[in-house]
Amino acid sequence: MSAAAIAVSGLGKRYRLGERERYVALRDVLSRAMTAALRRKPGRGTNGNGHLWALRNVSFEVREGETLGIIGRNGAGKSTLLKILAGITRPTEGYSELRGRVGSLLEVGTGFHPELTGRENVYFSGSILGMKRREIDRKFDEIVAFAGVETFLDTPLKHYSSGMQLRLAFSVAAHLEPEVLLVDEVLAVGDASFQKKCLGKMGDVAHSGRTVLFVSHQTSAILQLCPHSLWVDRGGVRAMGPSREVVARYLASLQSGIPGKLDAAVDRRGRGRVRFTRAWLENSEGTPAEHVMSGETVRVVASYESADGAPLVNSRFSIAVEDMLGQPLFLCDTSLGADDSAPRPPSGRVVCTLPELPLNQGRYLLTLYLEANGETQDWVSSAVGFDVSEGNFFGSGRQAPPGWASQCVLVRHRWGFER
Amino acid sequence: MSAKTNPLEESLVAPCAPAQPGEASRQPRADATLEVHRNEPVGPWFDWNLGELSAYRELLYFFVWREIKVRYKQTVIGVGWAVLQPVATMIVFSLFFGRLAKIPSGGLPYPLFFYCALLPWTYFSTALTGATGSVVDNQRIITKVYFPRVILPLSAVFSGLIDFAVAFVLLVGMALYYRVTPGPWLAFVPLFLLLATLTAFAAGLWLAALNALYRDVRYVVPFLAQIWMFASPVAYPSSLVPASWRWLYGLNPMAGVIDGFRWAVTGQSPPTLALLGASTFGVMLMLAAGLWYFRRMESVIADVV
Repeated sequence: MSAAAIAVSGLGKRYRLGERERYVALRDVLSRAMTAALRRKPGRGTNGNGHLWALRNVSFEVREGETLGIIGRNGAGKSTLLKILAGITRPTEGYSELRGRVGSLLEVGTGFHPELTGRENVYFSGSILGMKRREIDRKFDEIVAFAGVETFLDTPLKHYSSGMQLRLAFSVAAHLEPEVLLVDEVLAVGDASFQKKCLGKMGDVAHSGRTVLFVSHQTSAILQLCPHSLWVDRGGVRAMGPSREVVARYLASLQSGIPGKLDAAVDRRGRGRVRFTRAWLENSEGTPAEHVMSGETVRVVASYESADGAPLVNSRFSIAVEDMLGQPLFLCDTSLGADDSAPRPPSGRVVCTLPELPLNQGRYLLTLYLEANGETQDWVSSAVGFDVSEGNFFGSGRQAPPGWASQCVLVRHRWGFER
Repeated sequence: MSAKTNPLEESLVAPCAPAQPGEASRQPRADATLEVHRNEPVGPWFDWNLGELSAYRELLYFFVWREIKVRYKQTVIGVGWAVLQPVATMIVFSLFFGRLAKIPSGGLPYPLFFYCALLPWTYFSTALTGATGSVVDNQRIITKVYFPRVILPLSAVFSGLIDFAVAFVLLVGMALYYRVTPGPWLAFVPLFLLLATLTAFAAGLWLAALNALYRDVRYVVPFLAQIWMFASPVAYPSSLVPASWRWLYGLNPMAGVIDGFRWAVTGQSPPTLALLGASTFGVMLMLAAGLWYFRRMESVIADVV
């Protein structure tokens, strides 16, 4: 018997289609059964074939002290896997075994109730996350200090700002000391500074000898925290190994077959009232190209369409250029330039001109982001790839050494020697 | 916010380096003390891990505590509601069943006769309603963290005891007012209370699971409770039931509870052993079936709630 902290063998989870329908009413079930009996058909709401395997035949092991990242598309089965490991739902076949106290951080603020005071919520939430009362007593001051809510301890939570609630919730969760920690996209909430704090704390936990399973969309976070990763695709394990390799293979699979067309883009989030439809690069001659040169004038063009035909108010367009592993290199954003908050046409093309493409040779990815009417409308990650070939950014005819391919932003600079 | 530096702001993200021994601030526990959590498909029969339930008893306490706190923070009258509701019901029933219909009340003044039964009945009916909604009301927590789900209906059933305690004080006051001094039989009150608790819990297990699957079940429960009340000796004495049918009548555990409770407080008309036996048997059966059903449905509940 190995000293595996987490062991998963032959795990499978099947859902009956339609099971996730909410608000099934007994009277509907009964009336369906009765009318079905009259029609002399099998009296089931769904036919016998209506099954979906969210996970099938998943097996892997995680050694004690390892931090494992789990990546995959939406609907691949990552969250289901985490739920089974946490014990929230039971598998249809196979089993999972975790050694040690398990802490599950599947959301921030588990157990919080608006009518209870901050103090009461800390106790209840701490208890439900797995801490004993004595433990909470011991850590209480620390938890409160970390969140910075000392003066509001005895006011009901409903009077807290959302930022305070988030900080308190995270603070409780951060003081858990389980042997195995399961984290699911918790970092996707809150503002940038809060996310940085979370990331920092996660890093601490990962280095303290605990076993951590970390599910995230953000490949950059995975690469930062997890030496090894697991790629879950359509209910099965597609790859497992060093993160750089697994993430690279995963991102390669995200590129849609037809360059530039975004209909089939799989990693996209947002409200969706306005969507990007196509995106491509144009070289200095104005022709669409997948290969451009370092230092040349490049236009990134993205066409978008609005579902309701209304002009876009308070819009913001953003393009992030990333390396092949999804790590962001630099950002172009309409809100960074002169303030121009004119309403935009409901459909059209947005063009971002880079006078001198500051990228070394290699392959890069684009992430597109669109905000309108105060909400994120479309966020397509790592959707479009393009190649940069050697050019003449510095005017000297020279390029960075080969080891810097695909990961180098070029910046104008001067050298001097001083006594 | 305070001006003191937040230690976390200083520790920016560390690169992925393997952990060095001694670098860790808080080492995890030694190997020998580690518990193992195994998750596998539900078995067809009795599949309870009693040791686990004991480990979560603190959480049960917190659930009950939270339930009570929230309830009393939300009502204006607070504790007064626990008394107001049964008293009002009692007045109405006394008027119509006692005075006008002249239902026999075993030698006791009708208001006392009725209130003696109404008290445990109110506890039962509140516990039942609470238990039914317990799983669905906590759906957010259930889908995010693991704990034995049976804690939910159990905590709902326990939290009704506070209201019961308050109303019980009123009952004792009423008994003294009618010059019915409670005797040594009073010691049996906890026993009948336990019987009522178990019944509410057993029925609550079924209803909680069913309500999670079919959301309209909770609307049927008040109706169910009403019917159940008339099937129990609340408004009338069980002596009205012909002797040969009394054992069947007694299978309703609440029959034993009501009769027994009334006797324990007033000393009048002790329940027959046959009735009590049937009630105890009834509750054991309900409990076993409830526990089995709830356990089987636990996984499905987590998927649909």
